[in-house]
Amino acid sequence: MSSIFKLYFPSLFFFFSLAPWVPVVGLEIHAQISSNSKLFSGSQVQFAAPPNSLVSFFDASLPGTLPVLNRRCVEAAVMTGLALNCSINKKSLFDRKHYFYADLPAGYQITQQRVPIAVNGSLSYSLCIDNKMSQMVTKTVRIKQIQLEQDSGKSLHDDTRSQTLVDLNRAEGQLRVDANVSVHHPGEPYGVRTEVKNINSIRFLAKAVDYEIQRQIEELESGRTILNETRAFDSKLGCTVPMRDKEGKQDYRFMPEPNLPPLILYDAKSLPANMNHQQVVNIDWIHERLPDLPSVKRAKLVERYGILPEHSFTLLNEDGLTEFFEDVIKQTQMKPKKVIGWILKDLLSYLKQHSLKVKESPVSSFLLADLLNRLEEKEISSTAAKQVFAELWKGEGKTPLEIVKEKKLQLIQDQKDLEQICQAVMAIKAGNRKVLNKLIGLVQRETQGRSNPVLVKQLLEKKLSE
Amino acid sequence: MRALGLGRWLRSAPGVGRLPRRVPPDRTVLRAPAGSPAPVPAAGRQRPPAQVGRLGRSSARSGAGGASAAPRHVTVEVLDHLEHLALVDFRDSEGVERLQKAIQFADQLHEVNTDGVEPMDSVLEDRCLYLREDDVTEGNCTEELLKNAREKVEEYFVAPPGNIPLPKLEERETFLKGS
Repeated sequence: MSSIFKLYFPSLFFFFSLAPWVPVVGLEIHAQISSNSKLFSGSQVQFAAPPNSLVSFFDASLPGTLPVLNRRCVEAAVMTGLALNCSINKKSLFDRKHYFYADLPAGYQITQQRVPIAVNGSLSYSLCIDNKMSQMVTKTVRIKQIQLEQDSGKSLHDDTRSQTLVDLNRAEGQLRVDANVSVHHPGEPYGVRTEVKNINSIRFLAKAVDYEIQRQIEELESGRTILNETRAFDSKLGCTVPMRDKEGKQDYRFMPEPNLPPLILYDAKSLPANMNHQQVVNIDWIHERLPDLPSVKRAKLVERYGILPEHSFTLLNEDGLTEFFEDVIKQTQMKPKKVIGWILKDLLSYLKQHSLKVKESPVSSFLLADLLNRLEEKEISSTAAKQVFAELWKGEGKTPLEIVKEKKLQLIQDQKDLEQICQAVMAIKAGNRKVLNKLIGLVQRETQGRSNPVLVKQLLEKKLSE
Repeated sequence: MRALGLGRWLRSAPGVGRLPRRVPPDRTVLRAPAGSPAPVPAAGRQRPPAQVGRLGRSSARSGAGGASAAPRHVTVEVLDHLEHLALVDFRDSEGVERLQKAIQFADQLHEVNTDGVEPMDSVLEDRCLYLREDDVTEGNCTEELLKNAREKVEEYFVAPPGNIPLPKLEERETFLKGS
């Protein structure tokens, strides 16, 4: 059986109707651990394998089999706990959670209800107040606990033949979330909560929670009550509906798992001298090997490159974008503060328009750096550079230099050439100081953006004063 | 899932209890085998292990410390709830009586003064929990596993559609209604 965590985030936010209602939302997040074998057995963990091919006798709950805990899963749980600022419980316990379902052959799931491996953490995140990413607000959400838990199998419902097909491989979705929602008036006790399942994306999560809050408020304001039930989110209709199979509040009859002793974790201080180190999970050792967490990475980017905090968020939120940005920096003399504009405005918007990931970009960091160098060297104007970028995006294998030559985008630096062009333009319009800027614009248009605007202005002013 | 006859299972369980004299003499003392299912007579159905210690008590809590294991009356509501949860069938008054005697037996635990003592949750608490290396060592025995299945479709186990909960008390033919 593959293993999962349960993260419980309570959070609190306000909105007003007739009397103020306070919604309370808790999320139960199931995340599959990246490991070779399952939490309690040596079966392989693999996506989309033939049904029941990754199932051992224990996974099939055959009598006489026992769970054996996977060390890698324990380490993963500790790492997650540390990354989320939790207290790690040096002694945690396993429990059985009983319920009947076709994909749960034992009739119970082994989990960590009472004393899980990590508790009382937090996660900070940032929200944009407006759409322009210019006003960011930091929020914190509490994490109640992180626990190791067995996954149940997969059921395929065959309604035509009135049967359910069961695959005990597990290892299906890597991240699942259930939302718990209730509402109450400030100062009063929490309301009855409902559990919402079948939420398949972050966007649907937001919709499901919003709908459920609204539904509960309407029910309560109409004098009805909220049932402590499980509901399913219908993504097509954007609403939640009661789930057929669930019969009100479940009594899971939690009991200690009799086949597993308590899980003991150590740190540098409590490490026993003579123990086989394969049997030891050392929290401090894991802590030292944690990679830089996002908040640290962002701070480093801001400090090293002088970019804005909101830029660092975008860089980190897109897979591979930070690396791309840093690669370009290495290959160009353009300042990072200018490079970031190209990365976030040009590259990223093209990627989004074409639904591409950074690693699928037809423009490599090498090519972009080359282009930016030409811009820095004043070989082309920034308008021309954008045109070159558009050409590069076609991925025809041409270099910026080749495109510049082909489209005749070089900046005209020659004084005499520019003089002649300016005279021609001025012949069309009468010399008038007020239209100086308009004239510059005209010159630019005539020369298809290739003239150096600074030079043009100087020439025009000279001409006008003659 | 089919209900099973707990009464019949209880009658067939052998063995003598380990606690002293107070145990009623009619031999229906329960050993609660930790984790392994009880022996399966005739019908070949799955049986949940007897879990005596955690059965709900709604009525008649035995007095603080003092009285030794007074007989307990378990209400119909609790019995119905148990039948839903564990899919057991108390079948007849003898089955219910066995249950009450089992609770009475377990209640003897209350005679021990546990003030200031940490609850024990496992007799294995002094043992080391063995940690396995993250290697693939088993699985890949689909055919062997499916041999156990009464019904299969391609390589899937077949089960009835969804969950069929036990019907409510009013809708069932059960002796519990009469009590």
